[in-house]
Amino acid sequence: MNALLKVRTLGHRYGQRVGCEDVSFDLYPGELLCIVGESGSGKSTLLNTLAAQLAPTSGSVRYRQRDGAWLDVGSLNEADRRRLARQEWGFVTQNPRDGLRLNVSAGANVAERLMALGERHYGRLRNIARGWLERVEIDPARIDDMPADFSGGMQQRLQIARTLVTHPRLVFMDEPTAGLDVSVQARILDLLRRLVHELDLAAVMVTHDLAVARLLAARTMVMQGGRVVETGLTDQILDDPQHPYTQLLVSSVLTT
Amino acid sequence: MTATLMLELRDLGKSFELHQQHGAHLNVLRGVNLSLHAGECVVLSGPSGAGKSTLLRVIYANYRTSGGAVYVRHDDRWLDLASATPHEVLDVRRRTLGYVSQFLRVIPRVSALDIVAEPLLRDGMDEHEARERAAAMLRRVNIPERLWALPPGTFSGGEQQRVNIARGLIVPRPILLLDEPTASLDAGNRAVVAELLAEARAAGSAVLGIFHDEAMRDQVATRLFTMQALEAA
Repeated sequence: MNALLKVRTLGHRYGQRVGCEDVSFDLYPGELLCIVGESGSGKSTLLNTLAAQLAPTSGSVRYRQRDGAWLDVGSLNEADRRRLARQEWGFVTQNPRDGLRLNVSAGANVAERLMALGERHYGRLRNIARGWLERVEIDPARIDDMPADFSGGMQQRLQIARTLVTHPRLVFMDEPTAGLDVSVQARILDLLRRLVHELDLAAVMVTHDLAVARLLAARTMVMQGGRVVETGLTDQILDDPQHPYTQLLVSSVLTT
Repeated sequence: MTATLMLELRDLGKSFELHQQHGAHLNVLRGVNLSLHAGECVVLSGPSGAGKSTLLRVIYANYRTSGGAVYVRHDDRWLDLASATPHEVLDVRRRTLGYVSQFLRVIPRVSALDIVAEPLLRDGMDEHEARERAAAMLRRVNIPERLWALPPGTFSGGEQQRVNIARGLIVPRPILLLDEPTASLDAGNRAVVAELLAEARAAGSAVLGIFHDEAMRDQVATRLFTMQALEAA
């Protein structure tokens, strides 16, 4: 099988300070990779560098487009970057209010990315939006409501619908369940688990929650101080951690 | 006729380095050699602490090896799981190597029926047929129909274990690793599991398992593999 993303010795520095450095991995179609680590470990910097929201200061990210051509993500011009973000990628932010447009209806939030791809038929857009609301367990009768009137969990589910409606080939997710109640988290995780399977999504997800990695990701990378300290199968990393920092992370989890 | 060799362990070793416990070093396995053939059921025996569960986890690549090799026959070629890439390990687990532990990993909101149907769906079976096969399997392990639509989080230990077995055996993989899958089952349900294992073996599966119950062990084992605890290093 052919990789979708090839990352080699990637780094991003904020001036003198290291955000992340020397990160290398391949991501394959249909694969969800989790990046775990504590605050300040560089995982969000890495995610933003992968998603072309930050420029690499070293190394490279290459992405295989739908047409099969490899693109150097680090040297894209603004037009290409936007095209990728619109047509091939999706990004789910931790705070749904950063990823949604709060001044337009739920239905318009879902339809917007489709319209950007050229779909203009009002009836069709509305039908697709209604279908996606249902898929993320939001009552389709609320299609004309403003997202600001939704609970945090509903907003996050709306953002997921808005992101996945275009069937992106690659999705970046930054702590999509952090800051939500545990019961709300479980619902979103179950939803993601099903959608990842149904849509055969490739995704890179940042989380500080090891249980999230266990549930969703076949592979996990552990970061500390901007570097990847351990990488492998998620169950291997959680059940037989090798690196002192990973052992500390795993042993710090409370079990019920 | 000689049965096909499915799994071969060569000089396998496993130790743990516990960095949070002042670098404590635990040797659990050393120099383990074992061959497993299609159609046989080898039962690991030995005292608690002899490394039986660890051995199964190392074979499944849930634990990494510290030395030696885990050769698995995968698509009629040999692959050493100790040096395989994560993608190769995942492919072996998907098609060749099954592992049933003592405990069901419960996922919130996923019903017992869907848990059992999942391996079939992952193999590409259509949803309707997969659900029917899963229902038949749950009936076989005596899970009452009123429970099928519920997530097993609230089930009894024995019920969870039977859901786990149903899931683990619904697609009989060529190599099956079983870690005490019958620990909290009554005699009737143990007999059902013994029957399922006999069917899997007849279909060519090679089984390697841990069964503490002696009657169960005598019933399913074609051979015992005895393990001893290593003295503290």
